[in-house]
Amino acid sequence: MRNSKVVTLEEAIRRSGLKDGMTISFHHHFRGGDKVVNLVVDKLAQMGFKDLKLAASSLSDVHKPLIEHIKNGVITGISTSGLRGELADAISHGLLKEPVVFRSHGGRGSAIANGELRIDVAFLGASASDELGNACGVPRSENAKSICGSLGYALPDARYAKHVVVITDDLVAYPNLPAGIRGADVESVVVVDSVGDSSKISAGAIRDSKNPRDILLAKQAAKVVINSGYFQDGFSIQTGTGGASLAVVKYIREEMLSRGIKASFALGGITAHMVKLHEEGLIGRLIDVQSFDKVAAESIAKDPSHVEVSAVEYASGQHLGSATHALDIVILSALEVDTQFNVNVLVGSDGIIRGAIGGHQDTAADSALSIIVCPLLRGRIPCVVPKVTTLITPGKSVDVVVTEYGIAVNPARPEIAQKLKAAGLPLVDIRDLAAKATSIIGTPDPLPFGDKVVGVVMNRDGSVLDKIFNIQ
Amino acid sequence: MITIGPGEGLQVDLQSSVAAQFGRQIKAVITETLEGLGVTDAHVQAVDKGALDCTIRARVTAAAVRATGKDVWKD
Repeated sequence: MRNSKVVTLEEAIRRSGLKDGMTISFHHHFRGGDKVVNLVVDKLAQMGFKDLKLAASSLSDVHKPLIEHIKNGVITGISTSGLRGELADAISHGLLKEPVVFRSHGGRGSAIANGELRIDVAFLGASASDELGNACGVPRSENAKSICGSLGYALPDARYAKHVVVITDDLVAYPNLPAGIRGADVESVVVVDSVGDSSKISAGAIRDSKNPRDILLAKQAAKVVINSGYFQDGFSIQTGTGGASLAVVKYIREEMLSRGIKASFALGGITAHMVKLHEEGLIGRLIDVQSFDKVAAESIAKDPSHVEVSAVEYASGQHLGSATHALDIVILSALEVDTQFNVNVLVGSDGIIRGAIGGHQDTAADSALSIIVCPLLRGRIPCVVPKVTTLITPGKSVDVVVTEYGIAVNPARPEIAQKLKAAGLPLVDIRDLAAKATSIIGTPDPLPFGDKVVGVVMNRDGSVLDKIFNIQ
Repeated sequence: MITIGPGEGLQVDLQSSVAAQFGRQIKAVITETLEGLGVTDAHVQAVDKGALDCTIRARVTAAAVRATGKDVWKD
């Protein structure tokens, strides 16, 4: 029957067989501009649902209305890569009874694929869908209202959820192909005014820094890359969020041009910087699980060598075919690094959740060379510490830490230390960096943590890595 | 920002984004700086967003100089 999948949101929910206690899922490709989570959860609340478990690929400031839904008992459990803003603050203070389960992007993909995270109904926003549910994150008609680029984090949900509802702001004629979300996996299609504000994709963690310290850090990190031994024709690279780690690309580009070196692919969150290098012929392929800005989203719409991958293909630790296994170099940021090279990117030094695991654990573990770029201090907050507040990426996956006070190499990688030393880079012992921080700011008093667990940090293999306690 | 007004003994009201970890140290720096300048009675209001001790010392000194009219840098 024609149009049988296209229904109202309320009808789609009714059809899905959703019941109290079940798990619903969402992706975060619109980042700070997402409208789907709030729209759907408001509707579920209105329809009288309670005790739902929300499995999002990530959550941000814009999801503050969830606070009321948690208070009213509509949402009683959350799993996500990260939390920010007022929702994060409220949860850090103990708003939710059950601890939030934090997983990396690859870890979430694995957990969905192996059945550890079972999704009853996935609500997946898309910039275009046909009436059969073939859906994508790029415009496919003149009436398109949004663009988010890759739908990589939504693809495991589309494939493995028991019931899939595509929510779009542009219903186009069949066939909307190629499309990451395949109609065969989709039960209902809902048309709404807007799935997200595309101008806010690059809000939040992603910023292009003009800060002179960030620029210094980026230049040093670029020197590490160039002298690491991995900077050879055909190398592959990924950069995380954070001003300095994004800016590194600019300086690497100059060296690629002068030495005539080209990269085979760039992975991960793809940025405008990466698109520029690709269009200049310096990077062969862009492997995109998430488009970090509008330029990247527009590139994936038109460029066949800029391809979408699912979170599983991107970074699953349990699937040997995942792209991170082929990755040479990753440049990442950190809130804290400790003297064992452990990294925290989730919980602030005030004990409040303010970040996301993202692909940090996955890329650091699988890449040949992982570089963390962070300043020694942010104001009075130390970034190199004796022990991280919360363990997110184990030190055994971290190779190099770049700060403005010197570069520390993990003692497990003496060959890298030797190469960097030979290149004249200022190497320091990471314990000396922590001591330097303490000499400037003093020794912090312990944080006033309570005894309630508000978050559980999963490792990418599905084991528990750390617990986050409530802050008082 | 540091605001100094009249008071009995040294009283420091601190509002800081890093109060949990550094409040004790920040108050101590403010008190020591004022004592070093010979100020024994003052009510200090400090609003801090994670400044380093050297900055806090400079701010307290400047506020004390303006409050007392006694220029510690010249005298």
